[in-house]
Amino acid sequence: MTATTTAAPESVNTSPTRSIGLMNVVRSEWTKLRTVRSTYWTAIAAGLGTIGIAVLGATEYVRNFTPHKLDDGFDAANFILQGLYVAQIALGALGVLAITGEYATGMIRTTLTAVPQRRVVIALKGLVYLVAMVIVGETLSFTTFGIGQAILHSKHAGVSLSDPGVLHVVVGGGLYIASVGLLAFALGTLVRRTAGALATFFGVLFLPSALIDLLPNSWRTAAIKFAPANAGTQVLNRWRLHDMLGPWQGLGILTLYGLVILLGALFLLGRRDA
Amino acid sequence: MIEVRDLSKRFGSTLAVDHLSFSVGPGIVTGFLGPNGSGKSTTMRMILGLDHPSKGGTTVNGRPYGEIHRPLHEVGALLDAKAMHGGRSAYNHLLCVAQSNAIPRRRVGECLDLVGLDTVGRKRARTYSLGMGQRLGIATALLGDPQVLMFDEPINGLDPEGILWIRTLLRSLAAQGRTVFVSSHLMSEMALTADHLVVIGRGRLIADSSTADLIASSSQGYVHVRTPDVEGLATRLRSAGAIVDTDADTMRVTGLECAAIGELAALDHIALHELTPRSASLEEAFMELTKDSVDYRTDATVAIAS
Repeated sequence: MTATTTAAPESVNTSPTRSIGLMNVVRSEWTKLRTVRSTYWTAIAAGLGTIGIAVLGATEYVRNFTPHKLDDGFDAANFILQGLYVAQIALGALGVLAITGEYATGMIRTTLTAVPQRRVVIALKGLVYLVAMVIVGETLSFTTFGIGQAILHSKHAGVSLSDPGVLHVVVGGGLYIASVGLLAFALGTLVRRTAGALATFFGVLFLPSALIDLLPNSWRTAAIKFAPANAGTQVLNRWRLHDMLGPWQGLGILTLYGLVILLGALFLLGRRDA
Repeated sequence: MIEVRDLSKRFGSTLAVDHLSFSVGPGIVTGFLGPNGSGKSTTMRMILGLDHPSKGGTTVNGRPYGEIHRPLHEVGALLDAKAMHGGRSAYNHLLCVAQSNAIPRRRVGECLDLVGLDTVGRKRARTYSLGMGQRLGIATALLGDPQVLMFDEPINGLDPEGILWIRTLLRSLAAQGRTVFVSSHLMSEMALTADHLVVIGRGRLIADSSTADLIASSSQGYVHVRTPDVEGLATRLRSAGAIVDTDADTMRVTGLECAAIGELAALDHIALHELTPRSASLEEAFMELTKDSVDYRTDATVAIAS
C-alpha cells in the first residue's frame, strides 16, 4: 500500500463565497436515513403492527356482526386505524434514534465538522425524517384502511373515503404519525441520549392521561383537551367528541408542541459543545 | 494555515486549555505533543468549532471554522476513529459525508482505495478493527482534497505496517504543500514524523520550535562514572563546575565531557572502573519538558511498594 497523492476531484469549488448548499445537506441526510437498518426495521414493525391489528379487529368484528350495530355510532374508519398507536411507537423511536444515534456513535462530530452550520444541518435532518414520515404514515394509513374496509365490506359494515369525515381520518392518520415523529425528533435533539430521549418521548405521549386524575377539577378539562396525545388523536375520529379539540385544531396543537421543543433544542444546539 | 490565538477553555473548575497561542503553517508536518489530558483534543475540537472557547479563538485559512461553507474542501480532520455510525458501511459513511459538501461520488471510491479499504468498503463499520476505523477516518478527512489536515492521535490502534503507512502519508501530504497538524503523546513517533513541534502540558504552551532544535535543547547528555572513590571524585568534579549525582559506587555527571572527567581523576590518582557517555532519550527529553504538567502521574516505586 502506498501513500501517494490524493488526486484533486474535479469541480471542487474553493471560493470562500460558496453557499452552504441546502440540497447537498438534504441529499446527505437522506443517504444517512436510508443506509441504516433501524429505518427498515421500524418501518416494517409499524407496517406489521398497524395492518395486523386492522385485520384481526375487522375479522373479529365481521365474525360477531349483527346488523343493529351499524346504528350505534360505530366509527369504522377509526376502528380500522387503531394500529397506528403501535406504529407511532416504532416510528417515533426511529425519530429519536435519527438524532441520538449520531450522538451515541460519535457520528455527530463528523456531521458538524462537515456542516458547521449546526442549526441548518439538524433542521434539515429533521425535515428529511419528517417528509419520510409523511410518506410512510400516509402509505400505512391508506393501505390499512383499504385492507380493513375490504374485510368489513363483506358484511356491508365498512365505509368509503367519500363518506363524510372518513377522508380526514385516513389522511389525518398519516399526518398524525408524522406529527408524533416531529415530537420524537425534537425530544431526541433536546435530550441527545437515546435512553433518556425515548423515556421522555413515551412519558410525553402516555403520562398525561395517567396523571390527569391528580389535577384539580378546574384544570382537568383543559389538561385532557391539550395533552399532546389527546390533541393529536382527535383527527382519527370521524365525528368530533364533546369537550375535545377539533381534528385539525388538535393535530395543529400536537405539531406545535413538536415545533416549539425543536426550536428550543436548535437554540441550545448552537450554544452547547458537541 | 491554522491560527490559535489566546485560546482558553474551562470545564467547570478545570482550565483545560490555558491562554494557548500558536500557528501551524503549510508544507511541513507539525506535531502537537503533550501528555494525555493536556488539552490537545480539546484544542483541536475548538479549531473545528465543535467546542466553544471560553476565551480567545481560532481560525483556519483566516476564518473561524464555523463561517466556512462546505469546509471539507479546505479542512479535513480525523478526531477519533469512532466518529461514525457502526451500522453504516464505509462506502455509505463516506457517501453521506461527501454529499453534504457536494463532493462527487467518484471521490468516495478513490478515498477507499487510498486508505486500502476498497475490498471491505461494503461491510458495516461496526465490524472494523480499530486500525481499519482509523483508516476510514483518514479517508473521511481526505474526501474534499483539503489543503489543511488535522489528525488526532492517528497511529492509535495501528500495527507497525499501519504506523509506517501513516508516517509516509503525513509526510507526502506535507510535501504537496498542505498544512498537516498531528497530535500525539509519543515523542519518539513525532520525532520521526514532524518537522515542527508544538508542545503543551496542562493546556499551556511549553515549546513551539523545530523538532531538531527541541531535541538538541532539551536532551541533556550525562556521563556515567564508576569508581571506588565516589566521595573524592565528586568533590573534584563539583569544584570543576560539574553537576554530580552520586550513588554507592557510581555517579551521574552533567556538565563535563568524558575526557575532562578522566583527566581530573588522573590528577588525583583516582581509579575509574567505568566512564560512559549517555545521551538522554527523546522520551526523557519529553518527560523533562512536561514533568510539571502531567495530571496523573504514578510514582513507580511507591506503586510497586504498596
